[in-house]
Amino acid sequence: MPTLWKITLEILRQRQNQPPHVELFELEVDPDENVLDCIERVWAFHDRSLTFRHACHHSTCGACGMRVNGVEKLTCITPVREVTHPNGVLRVEPLRNFPVLSDLVVDVSGFFQRMEQTQLSSIAPLSQAKLPFEPNPPTIWQGQRLIDCIECGLCVSACPAANTSTSYFGPAVLAAAQHVYRQTNNPTVMQLVNCADGLWRCHSAYECSAVCPSNVDPAWRIMDMRRATVAHSLRNIFKRPNQKVAP
Amino acid sequence: MNQPSPRNILRWFDPRHRQPGTWAFILNRITALGLTLYLAMHLIVLGKLAQGPAAYDSFVALAHSPLVKIGEMLVIAAGILHGLNGLRVAITSLGFATRYQRQLLWASTILSGILILIFARAMFLGG
Ligand code: HEM
Ligand code: SF4
Ligand code: FES
Repeated sequence: MPTLWKITLEILRQRQNQPPHVELFELEVDPDENVLDCIERVWAFHDRSLTFRHACHHSTCGACGMRVNGVEKLTCITPVREVTHPNGVLRVEPLRNFPVLSDLVVDVSGFFQRMEQTQLSSIAPLSQAKLPFEPNPPTIWQGQRLIDCIECGLCVSACPAANTSTSYFGPAVLAAAQHVYRQTNNPTVMQLVNCADGLWRCHSAYECSAVCPSNVDPAWRIMDMRRATVAHSLRNIFKRPNQKVAP
Repeated sequence: MNQPSPRNILRWFDPRHRQPGTWAFILNRITALGLTLYLAMHLIVLGKLAQGPAAYDSFVALAHSPLVKIGEMLVIAAGILHGLNGLRVAITSLGFATRYQRQLLWASTILSGILILIFARAMFLGG
């Protein structure tokens, strides 16, 4: 029998367009349980009206992103032990920079639509699915795999530039564009993100890469895409007018 | 509240739960605003030159007061912090050494600290 921890779960609750309020739930939990388990416990035994998103419970669907004690986490893989202590507080809030639909559920539809515009494929050959500075996978098997981004939106919530501008594309979309561009050299993807609300809105806080649960390193990808865009523009300057390629 | 809005402007300056990258961004923004304010004041003061030597001389006398010296030191510190961190941001923003931004941040901060101390020594202890 594991030693149980008494914790206070503080949940920021909100109905659409109404002011938010905090509700407290005293729980006894195994510290190796994940934060999502605690939230489900509240829903199962304390309050059936609590709303939150989840599906896979193993960091694949990207639905369970929330802020836990101020920091963006995939709650299904965040053990209680890592984020609080015995008799401690666990404050759970919805992701920032998305409209709140209810309680911990945010509206990700606009985000998904922008992701789609990048034409990112969810699978890629093994060698292209990884970051270029990661070691190559063993060459025995030349397969494909799911790419890393699970579209959880944690990076958008953590980004200080996304904080003040609704029109900013956000880290995940820019990272997706970089991924597609490096695979395909498709100039339309570069055009899509070469704008003030795209690549050039980022202020180098590197928060996205710190919270990304899936090794995407969006900040690195944004800077790599900037480099590709600047290089492309410089090359264009020295081309004859009839050879120029947009953007 | 939860959604982005220009009214969230104070959140730019909220370092809680955030990474050193955000702290650097906040410091960069504060020093940038400070330097810009200083530049404006500086130009106004230079305008005094146009009002003739008497107006300017009385100002120069004021400039030797300790309060103004501390102010000048703040401007120097802001310039050093903003400039060195600005170099880090400019380099890493174009995809160079991006993976080492954190190390570059520590390096630029330590170097800034040393330079600020050297300037402070020269200013307050006369070199
Ligand atoms: C020493 C050389 C300097 C360098 C290398 C430098 C570099 C930079 C960089 C890279 C940024 C963008 C930061 C970001 O993306 O968040 C920036 C922002 C800025 N800088 Fe400088 N800078 C220098 C000097 C100055 C001076 C002397 C002033 C004022 C008189 C100034 C005023 C500003 C302002 C107002 C911003 C915008 C701040 C913001 O958006 O947060 N800079 N600087
Ligand atoms: S880049 Fe990382 S944090 Fe952002 S949506 Fe994709 S997996 Fe989530
Ligand atoms: S529930 Fe699917 S990622 Fe957490």
